[in-house]
Formats: sequence, C-alpha cells, structure tokens
Amino acid sequence: MPRVLLIEDDPAVREGVELGLRRRGHDVRTAATGEAGLAALAEFRPDLLLLDLMLPGMNGVQVCRRVRDTSQLPIIMLTARGDDFDVVIGLEAGADDYIVKPARTEVIEARIRAVLRRIEEPGGGRPAVEFHGELAVDRAGLTVAKSGERVALAPSELKLLLHLSAAPEQVFSRQQLLEHVWEHSYHGDARLVDACVRRLRNKIEDVPGSPRYIQTLRGFGYRFGPL
Amino acid sequence: MISGLRTRLVLAFLLVAAVGCGTTAALTYREARNALLEQAQDTAVSSFRDQVEGFHLNLPPNTEQMQGMARSLARQGKPRNWWVYVEYGSVRLSSGTNPTSTVITPELRRRARGTPHGSFQRVVKNGEPYLTMAMPVVFKTAQTGTGGQTRRPAGLTFYAVMRLTDEQVNVDAMVVAARDGALPALAVALVPALLAARSVLRPVRDLRQAARSLGRGRLDTRIPVKGGGELSELARTFNESTAALERSVDELQRAEARARRFASDVSHELRTPLAGMLAVTELLDEDAAGLDPDTAAAVRLISSETDKLAVLVEDLMEISRFDARAAELNTDEVDAAETIRRTLQSRHWTDPERIVLDLPDGIRARLDPRRFDVVVANLVGNALRHGRPPVTVALRTETRPPGPAEAAEGPADGTPDAPGGGVTHWLVTEVADRGPGIPADVLPHVFDRFYKADQARTRSEGSGLGLAITLENVRLHGGTVRAANGPDGGAVFVVEIPLTTSEVTA
Repeated sequence: MPRVLLIEDDPAVREGVELGLRRRGHDVRTAATGEAGLAALAEFRPDLLLLDLMLPGMNGVQVCRRVRDTSQLPIIMLTARGDDFDVVIGLEAGADDYIVKPARTEVIEARIRAVLRRIEEPGGGRPAVEFHGELAVDRAGLTVAKSGERVALAPSELKLLLHLSAAPEQVFSRQQLLEHVWEHSYHGDARLVDACVRRLRNKIEDVPGSPRYIQTLRGFGYRFGPL
Repeated sequence: MISGLRTRLVLAFLLVAAVGCGTTAALTYREARNALLEQAQDTAVSSFRDQVEGFHLNLPPNTEQMQGMARSLARQGKPRNWWVYVEYGSVRLSSGTNPTSTVITPELRRRARGTPHGSFQRVVKNGEPYLTMAMPVVFKTAQTGTGGQTRRPAGLTFYAVMRLTDEQVNVDAMVVAARDGALPALAVALVPALLAARSVLRPVRDLRQAARSLGRGRLDTRIPVKGGGELSELARTFNESTAALERSVDELQRAEARARRFASDVSHELRTPLAGMLAVTELLDEDAAGLDPDTAAAVRLISSETDKLAVLVEDLMEISRFDARAAELNTDEVDAAETIRRTLQSRHWTDPERIVLDLPDGIRARLDPRRFDVVVANLVGNALRHGRPPVTVALRTETRPPGPAEAAEGPADGTPDAPGGGVTHWLVTEVADRGPGIPADVLPHVFDRFYKADQARTRSEGSGLGLAITLENVRLHGGTVRAANGPDGGAVFVVEIPLTTSEVTA
C-alpha cells in the first residue's frame, strides 16, 4: 500500500483525509505546514505527496518547487476552485495532478492510484529501448535519455511522453490525454495537459519555443513527431 | 421641445417688443393727431368767432343781409375754406346752394343755443371727417356797476362746415410712419431676442447633455454653476440630486458587493469543514452496519446530508464566482456530440428508452468542457426529474446574420465575432421532455436561484441553483439559454453558443 504524506493546515481536513485513506489501507503521515512537511519528507520517504496549495507561511507552490528540485516524487495538489492560487501555477511548479476540495475519499484514492499506476504497455515485439531523434525511451525501465544523458521526469511527464511516443504522428486531443494519462473524466481541465506539455518540452526539446518532439496541432491537440 | 422653448422665448421677446413699439406708436399718434386736429379746429373756431362777432347787423335781419354775410364769411375760411349756413328762426340760408347741411347735427344746434361763445363738433360722414362750428349772434349790453358784459342770444346762429381731409391725410401718414417704423424695429428686436434665447438656452442645453450623460451611467456628471438666477439654481439642484443619486447608487453597489462577498465568504468557510466531513462519510457508511439501528440511521443521515451539503456549497461557490465576475472560461476544442455523449455516460443516462439522442458527429466547437458538461447534465437531469421520458437531446448548428440573438436571456456582452464575413455560427443544443411542460407563471422564473415552482417541493432534488448555474455558464460562453414549451407539450430548453473554431494548422 502506498505511503502518503499529507501537508494540510486545516486540522479537520487533515484528520478527515488521514482517517479515510488509512481506512483504505494507506500508510499516512501528516504535516500542518510546508516546512514541517519538507522535514517529514526525508524521514518518512512517502510514495506520494498530497499537498494543500493554501498553506500558512511557505505555500504549496513553493513546497512543490522545493520538492521538484531534488526528486520526481508524485505530487497531487489539493485545491479549492476559486482559490486565490491558480491551479496552473501549481501545475507549472511541477505537480502531477490536482484534486478539488471538498472531495470524497474514493475520489482522492482514485487519483492517488492513477498517478502511481504504471502506463500500460502496448503489447507486441517492441524493442526495450526506442530511439526518437536524440531521445532514447526505455519503456521497460521507464527512463528517458537525451543525447545519452538521463532526463529526470515527473510521473505525469513520463506517462505523457510514453503515451504520445507509443503512436508517433497520431494526434491526441487534450480530453483524450486527460482520460488516458490522468484517468480524469472526459470533462477535465485541459490546462493540466498544457502545463504538463510545457514542463516536458522544457526538459526534452532543444528549443522549447519551437518543439520538435511534442508538437501542437492547434484546435486538435498534440502529437509526437514527425521528426 | 427645446426648439419649442426657443420659439416661445423669441415670440415672447417679440411680443414684448411689439407691445412696446405699439404702445409708443399709439400714444405718439394720439398726441400728434390731437395736436393736429386741435390746431386746425382752434384756428377755425377762433377765426369764425372773430368774424361773426365782427358783423354789425340790425335785427331782425333780412334774408339778403344774411345771405351776404354768409358769403362774406365763406370767403374768409381759416385755415381752409368752409361752407357757411345761417339759421334764424325757421329761415335757413347758406353760402352754397343747399340751404342747410346734413353734417350739422341736432346736438350741435342744441349746444349752439346754450353756449354763446360758440361750439364745435367733429363729424365723420361717408368716411369724410368734417369740423362743424356753431356761432350764435349775441347782444352785448354793458352792465352798469360791474364793468362786465352780459350776452343775450339774438336767435341768429351761423354755422360753418369745414373738411378736415388734409388733417386726416396727415394723421394717416403718421400711422403709416408708425407702422413702417415699428416693423423694422421688431425685425431688429429679433436679433437680441435670438441672442437672449440662446444665452437663456445654453444652460438648458448643458442640462440636457448632463442628463443624457447621467442616463448613460456617468453618475459623476456635474454642471458648472455660473452666477445666480433660476437656471443656475436649476443646475445646482441637478448637481445636488445627481450627487444624492450617486451616493445612493454607490451605497447600493457597496451593499451588493458586501452581500456577494458574504455569500462567497460563507461558502468558503463552509467548504473547509465539509472537506473534512466528506473525507470520512464513507467510513461512516461502512461502519453503520455494525451499530445499533438508531445510531446507524443517524450516521447514514449525516453521511447523505453531508454529500448534499457539499454539492450545495460547491454550487454556492460557483454562483459567487459568477457574481464576482471571477468565473474563468478554460476552453478546449472538442467534438460537441462526443462531449454530450460522455456527459450522459458518466451519469449513467444511457437507457435508450429514457434518452433519445440526435447528435450529428463532426461538429467541433471551442468550449469549456467542464462547464458545458455542467450545462448538459443540469438540463438533462432536470428533464428526467420534472418531465417524463423519453428525453430528447439534439445538437445542430445554425447560421444567422449577425445581430443579437432573439432570446429572453441575452449574452452579457454582445454577440461574438463572426468567423469570416458577417455571419455568426451557433451551436444549438436542445433538451426536450414529454412531461406536462412548464406552467406559464413559472416560465419566467425557471432560471432564478432557489426558485421553487411548487412550494411543497422537497429539497432533495439538487441545490436549487442548477438552472441558475446553467444560465451563467452559457452566458460565460457568450451564448443564450431559454426555456419554452414544445408544440406537443413538454418543456424545451434551447442552448445557443457561438461556434468559434480556430484554424487548423499543422
């Protein structure tokens, strides 16, 4: 069962989510501030971070950036629609997904599982490592290298890249990507995809402004290549 | 109306000028005419008197004598010729051919007997003015002891009749002069009248412009007040009223903003405890089975009501954001039919007995998928709850010349830009049911917040904000939604959203 670190300042939410997840068998540790959460991170070594955006002192976005500086730990933000913090800022900071509060535990758990789920391997005699231009994608080892150097990708970025590159030159709409990569409903927030694409481009493209690998088809979505 | 005011001002001004001119002219005319006529008649009367008194005659006079006197008098008419008539008892003689004149009135004859100094009368006959004079011949007897004289009428009276035509001509000339002077004077008066009207009307024009600007919502409109007088009083009153209006509108807006902020704050505050509660409802549901029946029922009640409360609070938050104009549209290009199908699938509204679909593929639209999902789900949910199946969901596009859509609920800010050449394309979504339809008195209120069509309606049918949120979501897309009753019964909701698809670029 996944180990979840929850950083949430409101005691009722903290306690409620902890109770709910623990009941479902998760190993939950909580922190009331971003600073305490970062301290707990090293010691608890969670599989996933549930992070409230609105925190006193160091806010969720800052915590998110700090975590991303050193690790590719899956991060799900807890937000409230209409909060002062735009969810996009949190996504740009490197969060993999977000949950709108208030949410039922089953929703929270479904998101946790979706983020942690490994991308389904398309069957068939694919080579273990695919080469696309300077990119080497190891579908078995779930690693990506560019010009021989390992690229550190967050879970959502890796899944997005694997999904797109599995069918080069095929166009996927944002809604399709939300469904397949994030397991959101069809009516999810397309900004989630856009933010993730931007982060991915910054890591793998030579010139993020004129992408070669992750191309945009305005009005339709994204595709991998053609190179 | 302004032109009417100007006309009236000018007319009043001219009237005053005309009355002034007219009065002056009339008075001048009267004085001059009197002076002219008096001068003529004074001359005539005094010379006639002198001449009559200058005669010496023996009484009783014989006719030749009288005739001669009349002739000699007639020759000495002053200032003009006159006809002379003599009356003595029943004898009538004259200087002319007629023994007497019709111009001499009985009144003059009567007065002639009573006034030894003579009398006169102005007579108009056949449009001709005449001066008639009567001069009785008197005996003057010196009174002893007093030094005065007594006059006794001798019964002999001389009459003179003189035409006043020349005087009349002079008087007429004066009238013409007065008239000819008055008209240019009036014409000249028109210039100051117009100037005065203009200067009087300038504040009125300012007031009109200010009122118009006020009507356009510029509540800070003020009129510069210059000097005193009624119009600056009016301007001052206008300014005071406008200031008062501005204050009360400000107050209202502040109150409204406070109310909105309050609603928003309340739902924010409610959301946090709800987030905690909602996280543990499942736990309650699971464990309820192991509790004693009463406690179990109570626990299940708390759990289910928490779910509803969460929906309500979320809807309240949503409405608050619309009110605060903080709602954002996160659009994506989607296939409209696919989007609607997914909405119905995710809510398990897939029974073809209950839901009939008419969704042509290939209509791509730029929508906020989450908001459009809410719109469709609310309308279909509503139709399933209040109407009767089958519920029809139909999709089509319409092309219309640009212009405001004919809808009860117009878009908040005009129609969107037409893609290429003055035509707007609309995505039309129609949700119809086979129920009893919407009563006429409810129809105008279907999109109201918390509107209860039936006062006895139970609360268990959603937050009461569903259709209000639907309306706001459609408006945010620049579209319209309207409710009506179909031709064969049943409610019909029509959503129209401008269809804007971006260019496809590889």
